[in-house]
Amino acid sequence: MPDSTPEAEGPGPWCTTDGPTPDTHGPGPAPAPPAEPCDLAVIGAGPAGLAGAVAASGLGLSVTLLDGADRPGGQFHRHPDPALGAARPGALHHDWSVFTGLYHRLTSSAVTRLTGHHVWTVVRDGDLWAVHAVTGPDGDGDGDGDGDRDGDSDDGAGDGGRPVCVRARAVLFATGSHERHLPFPGWTLPGVVAAGGAQAMLKSGLVLPGRRVVVAGSGPLLLAVASALAAAGARVPVVVEASAYRAYARVPRALLAAPHKLVEGAAHGAALLRHRVPLRTRSAVTRAHGTDRVEAVTVSRLDRHWRPVPGTGRRIACDALAVGHGLVPQVELALGLGCATRRTPDGTYALVLDGVQATTVPGVFAAGETGGVGGAQLAYTEGELAGVAAAAHLLGRSALVRTARVRELGRRRARLRAFADAMARAHAPGPGWTRWLDDGTDVCRCEEVTAGRVREAVADYGARDARTVKLLTRAGMGWCQGRVCGTAVACLAEAAPGPRQPPSPERRPLAAPVPLGVLAALDTEETGTRDPDPDPDPDPDPDPDDHPSHDTAIATATATADITATTATATADTPAEDSATATDAQACSPPDEQ
Amino acid sequence: MGAAPRAAFEITFDGRPVPALSGQSVAAALWAAGILAWRTTRVGGRPRGAFCGIGQCHDCLATVNGRPNRRACLVPARPGDAVTTQEGHGRAGLDT
Repeated sequence: MPDSTPEAEGPGPWCTTDGPTPDTHGPGPAPAPPAEPCDLAVIGAGPAGLAGAVAASGLGLSVTLLDGADRPGGQFHRHPDPALGAARPGALHHDWSVFTGLYHRLTSSAVTRLTGHHVWTVVRDGDLWAVHAVTGPDGDGDGDGDGDRDGDSDDGAGDGGRPVCVRARAVLFATGSHERHLPFPGWTLPGVVAAGGAQAMLKSGLVLPGRRVVVAGSGPLLLAVASALAAAGARVPVVVEASAYRAYARVPRALLAAPHKLVEGAAHGAALLRHRVPLRTRSAVTRAHGTDRVEAVTVSRLDRHWRPVPGTGRRIACDALAVGHGLVPQVELALGLGCATRRTPDGTYALVLDGVQATTVPGVFAAGETGGVGGAQLAYTEGELAGVAAAAHLLGRSALVRTARVRELGRRRARLRAFADAMARAHAPGPGWTRWLDDGTDVCRCEEVTAGRVREAVADYGARDARTVKLLTRAGMGWCQGRVCGTAVACLAEAAPGPRQPPSPERRPLAAPVPLGVLAALDTEETGTRDPDPDPDPDPDPDPDDHPSHDTAIATATATADITATTATATADTPAEDSATATDAQACSPPDEQ
Repeated sequence: MGAAPRAAFEITFDGRPVPALSGQSVAAALWAAGILAWRTTRVGGRPRGAFCGIGQCHDCLATVNGRPNRRACLVPARPGDAVTTQEGHGRAGLDT
């Protein structure tokens, strides 16, 4: 994707570029005039966002597409920088031609593309939505504007940390997902990496974490990761899958309805056969061994509830382990606007969406993984639906969603969703996985909180949900805001007996790290008046103390800005809150095979 | 796959030269040199490096050109970058 369009990314009424984080690569020293609001802001340039932006633009909407990366494609179509000169960047990708086709339509459209823009919040702004982002490869950047007070070179190599506000009449969340992790002893050792992380580093940087890489966890991603690593030259001694793949056999209708998925799975299976990679199901890595890096793993058999079977542990030498247990929808921006969520068959929180991708908040749409993890095909389908629906909504032309094309997209969506639900059920973590933790295992990697301390919070202090555990132990309070440990902490807390309605762990008022200087530059008075209704959805258990609004977080952070390093990363410790309407699934519910 | 990179250059890790390719992240260049850890944790002083690879987990924080808390998996490597192991929160100078 080419560079962003400077003239289209001017600040909104309360976003200044002349504050403490000057623009080193922008249009000039003078603050840009406020940009005209656009019709639709699309957040995320993966399959769903690309399809949504192109569809909406094709129907006449002015569209701004924001993404944190500097190239489009999202995680699925993550690809090397052209400078790396990859001979066949599509070799690691399914549907590469779909992506390139859509990308060409995007570049020939009028869509404003803002790459390297990390959206950290979306708030109501009168009749509009204000999308706040910070720029740069990691949203921080070298151009910190500190006058070199902290001794860094400030050589202008980066253009980060610049605040940008895009105002739009409607928003499409296409923010994708991140990986789910279940901790085990030794998982913090260097060389133990996320399965998706190993794939991402390979896709974008053409590098491997080691030469002999065990792939483990649960979910179809493992097969893709193993075949990619093997194709790139790594030896993969075994793929360890906690579920039994034959669980798929119970849903033949869904399988038959999604032949594309079968072809994709068969391709991975063939690649694994070619590289002689064995697949061991109903098993898990229950320990990683090593002192300063991983040297071996113990693989144990699991029973159907994912409890390790004693005496079955077998040590396998390796110099890296790629591990992951499925994906979690990234919904914090939408939750901040009060969009309702539902529990998916594998216990994650996904947005409640109608037949044409509208959330429960008018003018706010979502597509792809945000509505439940389902893969790129589903994301393309839902993205196009959402783009059309946003046009129908904004143009007042309801006929746009009654076309044959929309009906066809709807049928495809139903088919792919059925398959995604079947896969989610087949790979849902069983409750027995917590048996492989020992009390010294770090559950929260950021704050170094052990399983023993989480269990103490549950057994001795009565914590029954991840939020209470966080307040007692700091688990989930660190840099990643509980994205990595959230599932594990929730499982440990919810294992205690008694009824409860667990709040969503996906509640994060700041969706991306924000330099405190950016927060300090916001006019808090205006922020307060522009804050959306903090909880437009019915809450089964109203508790005023439990519902902080955005301005609380922002004002708190702003107040501390003056006494903290100006470029420190702000992470909000804000109580979780949930607008979920149903909690019929448990995060650790066993596969329904009783 | 296969690749024909246009440009190779050097960065340093704790003073030692590390080759990098144009378009690689700092973390990718370090992985390519067999370096898997470039941070020590605040509490236990344990080694950490890239984990999620997509900017979510923050395990890969490094000090780049004197500036701590950069996500090495997102920050592109540039010629001459000085990457140093980040100890704890990386702001020992602010401790009182």
